[in-house]
Amino acid sequence: MTAGADTRADAEQAWAKPGGEDHHATRLQRLVKRFGRGTVIGVPYVWLLLFFLLPFLIVLKISFAEFRLGLPPYTPLLEWIEGSYLQIRLALGNYLFLLDDPLYALAYLNSLKVAAVATGIALLIGYPMAYAIARASPSWRSVFLLLVILPFWTSFLIRVYAWIGILKNNGLINNALMALGLIDEPLPLLNTEFSLYVGIVYSYLPFMVLPLYATLEKMDVSLMEAAADLGCRPFKVFLTVTLPLSMPGIVAGSMLVFIPAVGEFVIPDLLGGAGTLMIGKVLWSEFFNNRDWPVASAVAIAMLVFLVIPIVIFQHYQQKQAERAEES
Amino acid sequence: MRNRSFLLLSALAFGFAFLYLPILLLILFSFNESRLVTVWGGFSLKWYAELFQNEQMLDAALVSLRVATTSATLATVLGTMAALMLVRFGRFRGRLLFTGMITAPLVMPEVITGLSLLLLFVSLETTLGWPSGRGIDTITIAHTTFCMAYVAVVVQSRLGGLDRSVEEAALDLGARPFKAFMVITLPMLAPALVSGWLLSFTLSLDDLVIASFVAGPASTTLPMVVFSSVRLGVTPEINALATLLVLVATVTILIAAALMGRQERDRARAVTRAVAKERGA
Repeated sequence: MTAGADTRADAEQAWAKPGGEDHHATRLQRLVKRFGRGTVIGVPYVWLLLFFLLPFLIVLKISFAEFRLGLPPYTPLLEWIEGSYLQIRLALGNYLFLLDDPLYALAYLNSLKVAAVATGIALLIGYPMAYAIARASPSWRSVFLLLVILPFWTSFLIRVYAWIGILKNNGLINNALMALGLIDEPLPLLNTEFSLYVGIVYSYLPFMVLPLYATLEKMDVSLMEAAADLGCRPFKVFLTVTLPLSMPGIVAGSMLVFIPAVGEFVIPDLLGGAGTLMIGKVLWSEFFNNRDWPVASAVAIAMLVFLVIPIVIFQHYQQKQAERAEES
Repeated sequence: MRNRSFLLLSALAFGFAFLYLPILLLILFSFNESRLVTVWGGFSLKWYAELFQNEQMLDAALVSLRVATTSATLATVLGTMAALMLVRFGRFRGRLLFTGMITAPLVMPEVITGLSLLLLFVSLETTLGWPSGRGIDTITIAHTTFCMAYVAVVVQSRLGGLDRSVEEAALDLGARPFKAFMVITLPMLAPALVSGWLLSFTLSLDDLVIASFVAGPASTTLPMVVFSSVRLGVTPEINALATLLVLVATVTILIAAALMGRQERDRARAVTRAVAKERGA
């Protein structure tokens, strides 16, 4: 609570009750008000500190511990030796292990590649969709928007599952192609890079379309008309006016797809097959199959290091959006 | 010009076909007699009957509904408070940290969130003795944390676009801030609160990864059961479940959209009426 806020609160109180005839009540009110503001700030703040920030510090801590059999399955970092002095043991072994085994580096690089390519494809499909929705008549616009949002509300897991039935060897695509006599043997579609990309693009497409729509809808159409009136060709108008102006939407949509896709587990596991190397899968198996919590923590911290820059870009954008919303 | 709108329309049609064909096929094959999910063997409702006899799945659905109801409610309260802080309180100590913490869960890979929360719960248990074991409570806390970020975004955008003059009028007329908030601001925020709650509810009902980390042996959620049966192969029972989920989601969204649309229209009409009255007087 700052002093400035207090004086403002006082001023408001004095103004609301001219003369302040009931001194006791004003003090009580002030207390209530201070308490109210304190609660609104305090509760979500404490919640996030406890359940969002603190967990990361613990992950960081355990990534420096060593694996041991027992519960919890890691060695303590701080130990009282003979009750007299505190020993701090930082084991860098987990990180060295990540550097040593090429599997991890490959998994990180592959995850970044897969996420980047999937983001690109989602942008190519999502941009024309968002553009078409933004230019549609208002009544159609809300129908189209509803149609983009609706898949959000149906289970993600089940939408991924739907593709198994479509892509597998005796799945719908292969059955249809064989019935038409186009192929004699089923095409291997499931458990390939192709199915992995289909799954990621499919699941994250609405996240790309919505922010793109939000910027394209607010865009001033007269700018494009002016360019066209001055003899600019439609494609050039798009490249020099529309595209740069929609950059905030492109950034936000891309980050909303790219960052979660890097750490994706379900899609590579169900559609990518056993051979897919993605870091989310590696973390999962370190934790659930090898039960090596310290290495899993080190994998998580290393993933965060890769993702810090995209996350900061995303937050910067979110902040700007919020400020713009307040101004308007 | 016509050429361009044709292109745009085909892009839109392609996008929606991509989004909806898999779901429609899923629904179609839930009524399939055959066990093979991809060969049509005649119309049948038997997979629905089997679904409702699958006790493991029903138990898990109950766990999921309990978690989703509690965490959506908590997330709506906390997320609304967070949005109020960000929009109305201006600068306060630690604002930067707070905005960071409230937006990060939107994009944080689930494996990281899940692992970090599990390690927190284990550390708390070894140092404080709470929570003893993991189960519904720990899943609820985890879901509340990432859902409140979504609620905050939804409420924040509504708060930003809100006409403050009504609220200021109430304050000018002597309403206390708390009362003005309850009587004026909260009803105006209602659509955002409803969509925030519904969004949190679905996100919680849908989450597999975070729940897998923080669930105990006795608490299995619906996505966990679905995931393990999908890993074993495709079964029409899952198609039946999917159809029911899609149906519930569609009906809920349509009702919510209709209600909100009507509320907005009513408000607009009331404003026009008030303005007309003012002019007439």
